[in-house]
Parts: sequence; structure tokens; C-alpha cells
Amino acid sequence: MSSIALQARPAKASPLDALQRWLPKLVLAPSMLIVLVGFYAYIGWTFLLSFTNSRFMPSYKWVGLQQYERLWDNDRWWVASQNLLVFGGLFIAISLLIGVVLAVLLDQRIRREGLIRTIYLYPMALSMIVTGTAWQWLLNPGLGLDKLLRDWGWEGFRFDWLVDPDRVIYCLVIAAVWQASGFVMALFLAGLRSVDQSIIRAAQVDGASLPTIYLRIVLPSLRPVFFSALMILAHIAIKSFDLVAAMTAGGPGYSSDLPAMFMYAHTFTRGQMGLGAASAMLMLGAVMAIIVPYLYSELRNKRHV
Amino acid sequence: MNAFHRLALSVSLALPVLAHAGEVEVLHWWTSGGEKRAADTLQKLVEQKGHSWKDFAVAGGGGEAAMTVLKTRAVSGNPPSAAQIKGPDIQEWGELGLLANLDDTAKSERWDELLPEQVRKIMQYDGSYVAVPVNVHRVNWLWINPEVFEKAGATPPKTLDEFFAAADKLKAVGFIPVAHGGQPWQDGTVFEGFVLSILGPDDYHKAFVELDNDTLTGDKMVQAFTALKKLRDYIDADAAGREWNRATGMVIDGKAGMQIMGDWAKSEFTAANKVAGKDYQCLPFPGTQGSFAFNIDSLAMFKLSNDDNRKAQEDLARTVLEPEFQTFFNQNKGSIPVRQDQDMSEFDACAQQSMTDFKEAAKGSGLQPSLTHGMAASSYVQGAVFDVVTNFFNDPKADPQKAAKQLAAAIKAVQ
Amino acid sequence: MSDFAQPRLTLGRLTIHATLLLACAVYLVPLIVMLLTSFKTPEDIRTGNLLSWPEAFSAMGWLTAWDSIGGYFWNSVKIVIPAVLISTALGALNGYVLSMWRFRGSQLFFGLLLFGCFLPFQVILLPASFTLGKLGLANTTTGLVLVHVVYGLAFTTLFFRNFYVSVPDALVRAARLDGAGFFTIFGRILLPMSVPIIMVCLIWQFTQIWNDFLFGVVFASGDTQPVTVALNNLVNTSTGAKRYNVDMAAAMIAGLPTLVVYVVAGKYFLRGLTAGAVKG
Repeated sequence: MSSIALQARPAKASPLDALQRWLPKLVLAPSMLIVLVGFYAYIGWTFLLSFTNSRFMPSYKWVGLQQYERLWDNDRWWVASQNLLVFGGLFIAISLLIGVVLAVLLDQRIRREGLIRTIYLYPMALSMIVTGTAWQWLLNPGLGLDKLLRDWGWEGFRFDWLVDPDRVIYCLVIAAVWQASGFVMALFLAGLRSVDQSIIRAAQVDGASLPTIYLRIVLPSLRPVFFSALMILAHIAIKSFDLVAAMTAGGPGYSSDLPAMFMYAHTFTRGQMGLGAASAMLMLGAVMAIIVPYLYSELRNKRHV
Repeated sequence: MNAFHRLALSVSLALPVLAHAGEVEVLHWWTSGGEKRAADTLQKLVEQKGHSWKDFAVAGGGGEAAMTVLKTRAVSGNPPSAAQIKGPDIQEWGELGLLANLDDTAKSERWDELLPEQVRKIMQYDGSYVAVPVNVHRVNWLWINPEVFEKAGATPPKTLDEFFAAADKLKAVGFIPVAHGGQPWQDGTVFEGFVLSILGPDDYHKAFVELDNDTLTGDKMVQAFTALKKLRDYIDADAAGREWNRATGMVIDGKAGMQIMGDWAKSEFTAANKVAGKDYQCLPFPGTQGSFAFNIDSLAMFKLSNDDNRKAQEDLARTVLEPEFQTFFNQNKGSIPVRQDQDMSEFDACAQQSMTDFKEAAKGSGLQPSLTHGMAASSYVQGAVFDVVTNFFNDPKADPQKAAKQLAAAIKAVQ
Repeated sequence: MSDFAQPRLTLGRLTIHATLLLACAVYLVPLIVMLLTSFKTPEDIRTGNLLSWPEAFSAMGWLTAWDSIGGYFWNSVKIVIPAVLISTALGALNGYVLSMWRFRGSQLFFGLLLFGCFLPFQVILLPASFTLGKLGLANTTTGLVLVHVVYGLAFTTLFFRNFYVSVPDALVRAARLDGAGFFTIFGRILLPMSVPIIMVCLIWQFTQIWNDFLFGVVFASGDTQPVTVALNNLVNTSTGAKRYNVDMAAAMIAGLPTLVVYVVAGKYFLRGLTAGAVKG
């Protein structure tokens, strides 16, 4: 750590200088307190509850790992976990793919780029509740797209994924991709614009084709953008509670349940607070398993600054 | 709207403002249509008594959102004056020591005489009143469009066999036999009807109130699941996620022949200007004549520190049971008044029959709490049952035998 | 890009344009459907389909919707403005310290903070409401502002820290040798160049807080509810016919401020992202 504070320290230490040295820490102190209490102490409290038999309200009767065992035996929890894998994986992959493709296409000196960009980006401005409500209606068999295409003469058209327990999860993916892919596009477009144009021109002079230039030179240099996008998409995927609540409420049956829904239902509406806390801790554990290695490597790389 | 005018009149002529004005904050999820009008009226009546009303409406998921809010409010040490809490959950809140004692009000208003015993028990914790009932819904109804039945040559069913026979006839002519919405509580409502019909009220009580393992896994429970599975053939493919009122709309429009739903469905018929007994018929769910699965809305009162607010809270409790409010509220909501001495002449045919059946059922074992609507067991048992039933109903390959075992196991797991 | 000549029209470019236009259509359809529906009469909704033109444009839906949620709209404004400003200011200071004034443990703190971006908020609802109750802030807009500031901090700090990391050290070092202090350097050197990232942060926070539902429903009640909660109360009817036109109009009203921000300021958002926010 080649801290600039060390190099720049004046020879003579006066009280004012001491204050100057402490100032950064003082400025950061309130936020540190907030993070330690608001994030980590609260998580600790939930962790504690997951070992109790809390039902309706928090209680502190210790039951050991019993809540985790019950979770293990709970069919609905497994459906929810599996759904998160399917939903999160597809949502992130498809959003990245669409985002990159659209960004590259839009980077080809398109007229009215500003307008098109705004159109791609606007869904991100809406709340998940609105998105869920709108798509629930669009995908509604009998009322939505289904009826539209039949009205337009495609008689045999049938799109009933929203009511099919095996396919409903893909409907959630569609709505979520619609909301977030434009934002990913914007991130990549911004990244593309910051790529040094002279490198591209040099490659062009060497006779490389445009697709090759993008695949070999431009996109690899956007690794940081890729990770930022991944972070934000993962953030949305883990929190897409509002979307499920507005679009399917976990149905049909509990086929489109997600861990966030499961946790909410058990903690707040079913008086199973201990079980809810245990499920929250498992969610957190899964997130940590994915995020912490990434954070670690990113922060290490930054140390040379 | 005769009652409404009378009510408005009584409001405007009410006594002068009392000396000590308090504030009542009422957490509820009566946010739409007739419910909202009813809640507004309660507000007016309370304000007429000189108190101020702080509305605290949280809609969504049959009160699920409201319960979340209530818990966080209670944890923050700042509960509202009253909250819409039902059934055995009242006991849970009582156990936490958060509910106020309403015995003085109850004594002066003679609640012991006005309310039937089964209702009283639910409103009391440890022998004292902690909540006030607002209305009585009957859950085991079957709603019929007679015109559709006539076209199909079907007769209104009295037994389950007749029910499925009528459904076959409706299906043969191209109607949707049963309008249904695929949400866990709707699946549960239908399942509960089959259980009450096949097991009878006594075994229903054993299964859903006493949570008796043998009854839960018994042959008759398997039969109930089999009947539920059979029902799948008579609903349309688009049922998943449909709201109950859109299902009712299908009966009103003549697309579907019947709906299995509680008496709140009536408010939809009324809103569409349909007349009970003529444009639509209400029948007890086949095989449950003489039984009454009830769902009672109630307001539980929280302990307050401010004397004026406590006075306002008592006045709120008193107002809820006043005959004028009972008439107006229940006409809007489709339910019947909880007061046994209520004059029913201004109610429609369905409500009158409901009241008669209620009094009859209350004499024997026919009066049973609805599990689906949180009256029979606590919310964790209810949730466990929802999971099993809704999963069974949405899985074409599900096995009734296995489902009954799962039901018992799921209930056991949450106890 | 004006120094480039407009490329010739080739088959390849035609395909690109077609793809981009198709994507535009896909992104726009839900909005168009919502708009059309909000102007229809209930009868029209039942008989028509998603994209059918309204028989007659009716403002009923919009008027009814504004009647029911208009009052709560201002609550949201009252919550959003202080929350966005405070969390952005704190984020800027944090980012400044974490990039220019590192000390032992500051990286660890940054890691802990970043992890907060992924915290499912359901986990902290109960302890947070307990804290708010103790502070006497339960059911106040002030309490909501506080909650939004706390849980917005992770993202705002991330934005500023990543932006400042790309600022050359030499600038700051020179200022220090000239005797400039902590706040002077921030105010004179970094703040003036931070406009792009401030825009990103403001827009992001505005969208997040305006669209929040979970905190609004749990930490506010009655008169203090934000517009998203009012929207939910309106849309989630337990009885009565569903009025899709009112629902859609109300959804549009609730979504309008963030939409306007994106359309008007989207340019600055992207510009800010280009300026370094995305250099993870």
C-alpha cells in the first residue's frame, strides 16, 4: 500500500495536522457505524434467530440446527432454490448477451442513436411491481399476447407458459430481461466509447474484419464493464421479490417460488420466523460463496493504485 | 341503499362531541369497492363520537402485507389501536401480552348475549375479550348461473355425485363447468368444501382443528383429494393466477356454470346488478347442507398508554357492533351480521338463508371454522396445508394417497 | 463521431438497423399497451385486445387514479429528495476517503460495504423497525429517509470510489504539497470534476428510492405512505371488479417521475458511466 498520506506527511506535527490525519477516519466513521450495525449486527441477529424456535415473533428458545433440518426436508424450499439457479443463470446470461449485442450494433454510427438508447434504457426506470403487473397481463393466456395473435389471424396460437408449472419460471426471466437488458446495453455502450479508437484503426489498417476486431480486441478490454454488469444483474436477481410477487405470487402452486419469497412468507405471514431466518442465512451463504471470491480478487487488483 | 340513507341520517343526528377526544389508528385491508365504503362509514361513526381516525390500510394478499407491517410495528413498540386479526392468530397476539382487555365494554354492551358461543371463544384470550367481531362469512357456498344450467339441461346439485354429473352436462355443451382461480387460498377453499362434504363436520373438526393424524391420513381424506383431482377436468386451462372475482365474472357472463366460493362472491353479483335467486343461485356446497364453515373478520385491540386513545378504542369496539353499522357493512361485504338479534329483513335471500343456517348449525356440530381462511388453526398450519393442496392441485400426476400423507407430515412439521 | 462519414448502406447495415428497430418494438410494447389501456373504458378492455385502439379516449382512468394516489405522490417526493441528496453526499465523501486517503482496514470496510449491495433486505426488516421504534422514528417520513440513506450507501460509495480511483494521484499529491487540507482538496479538485458521477448517483438513487416498495410498506403507515404502496393498495383489490384502466393509469402516474428522469437525463447517466463509474 503506497499510501499518499505517508509520502505527503509534513515534517512538523501540530494539533491541526493531527486532526488532518484523523479527518479521513472521522469522515468515514458514521458510515462504518451504519454498516456495522445496519448490515452486520442485523445479520447476526437473524443468524441467532435461525437457531431458535421463533414463530410469530422473535423468541430466544434455543433449538440448535432444527430449523435447518426442517428446511432440508422442505420440498418448497428446494423448488425455490432450484428456481433461483434457473432464473438467475438465464436472466444474467441472456441480459448480458442481449446487452452486448445491442451495444455493439448501436456502436455502428447509427442515426437517432440517442432516441434508440433511451427506448432500450427506459424499462430500468420502472419499478418491478409495474413491470410484473404489465407482463402478467401481456403473457396472460386468454387475455394477452395469446388473444392478440389469434385476433390477428394466427388461429392455433397458444402461449400459456404463465400457467404451466414447468415453464412459468421462464416468464419471470422474460420480464426481468426486458427490464434490465437495456441497462446492460448502456453500460457496454459506455465502455465501448471509452475504448481507444486508434487501436481499432490500427487493426483495421492491418486488415482485420469488424467482427474480429470486436471479438479479439474490443470486448476483452471491457472486462471491468462485464464485472460491473454482472454485479448489478446479480443484485437484481437476488432481490427480484417484487417481480415474483406482482407477476405470479409464486404460482401456479409454488412452482415459481424464489428464496426471497419463501423467506418473506415464512417469516412474516406464516409465523415461522425461525425457519425464515434459517432460509435467509442460507441465501446469504450462497451469495457469499459467489460474491466474496470476486470481491477479493477485485480488491487485490486495485491495491497497486 | 336504504340502509345507507338511514345510516347517514343517524350519523348526522348523533350526539354532540364528547369531551375527551382520542385517536384511533386502524390497520385493515378493506381497500376496495364495498369494503372501502364500509370502512369509510366506520371512520365517520367514530369521528362522530368525537375521535380522530388515522387510516392505516395495507392491501394485498388477503392481509399478508398487513401482517408484515403489524409485526414490524409491534416490534418497534408502537402498535396501532386496532388491527384486522383473525381466528387463532388472536391467541398468538394475546400470548405476547400485547392485546387490550375489553371486558368492561363487553359487559356494558352485553356481548355475552349478542354473540354466539363459538364466536365468543375466538374473541377471548384467557377468558377476556381482546377483539371485536365484525361479520360472519360463510365459505361453503356454490354459486350457480341458472340460465347456463338450463341450457345444458343440468339440475342444481345437492350431493357430490350430482355435482360431477351436472359438471359433465355443462362440459358436454361447451361451457366451462367450474370457474376457478388458481391461487393457493382458492385451491384451499375448494379443497375445504370437499373435506367438509366427504368427512362431515365432526371429522372435519378432528382433521383441521384437532389436527388428528389418523383423520388426516384416513380413507376419507384420500377421497377428498381424489375429488379435488377430479375437479381439474372441469376447470379451464387459464385458471392459474386468476383472481376470484374474475372467476365470478365468468359465472355472471354465462361462460361458466358454477363457482365454489365464499359469500363475498355475492358482492360481485350485486355490482353487476344481478338479483339473488333469479339471476344467480346460492346453494350450500353439495353435501354440506346443515354445515356452516365460517370466516369471521375481527378487530383485535392493542394495549395503549394514552387514556384518551383508550377511550376512543372502546368507542370503536362499541361502534362495530351497533346494528346500523352491522347492516351497512355486511350488505356491502356479502356476509351476515354477527349479532344474533339483528333484523334481517333488509338483506337478500342468500344472506337470510345464511343467517338461518348459521343459527341452526350453531346448535350442533355443524358450525365449523374455515381452515383456508385462518379460523381453524394458526397461520403456520394454514400455510403448510396451502403448500400441499396447491401443489397437488397443480400437478397432473399427483397421487391422492401420497397427498394425504404429505398433508399430515406437513402439519406435523410446523407444530 | 461527426468526423466519420455516414457509412454506405449495405446488406449488413440493413440487418443491423432491422435488428435495432425490432428491439425497439419489443421494449416499447408494454408501455404502449399500458398507455392504450389506461385510456380505454372497462367495456372496451373486455371486448378489445392488447393493441386495439380505444373506441373513445376516456380520461376517467387517469382522474380516478390521481384521486386515489395523488396525495401519496407528494409523500414520495418528500422522502426521495432528502434521501437522495444525503446518500449521494455521504457516498461522495466515503468514495473520496476510500480512494485517496486509504488507511489500515479501509479496504476491508469497502469489501464489507460492497457486500451490502447483495443483502436481501427482508433480513433486516425486523431489527430495523426495532431500531426505528427506539429512535422514535417509526411511521415517519424521516424514518424512511434514514432507512433509504443507510441502505443506499453501498451503491453510492461504490460509484464514487470507482470514479475517484481513476483520478491521477499526482493531482492530489501536488495539492497536498501546496498545503491543501482534506476538505480543500475535495472541494477544489475532486468535486468540480465529479459532475458526471454525481449525475449517475442521483439518477440511480432517485430510481431506487422512488420505486421502493418493501421499506415503504413496512416503515410507513397511513398518511406517510409512499406512492408505490398506494399503487399496490389500489391495484390489489380483494373485492369489486378489476378496473384495468385505473390500474394502468395509476401505474403510469407512479412511474412517470422516474421515466421522465431517464428520458431527460439519460444522456448524462450514460456520459457519467463512460466517465469511469463502470471501471469496476
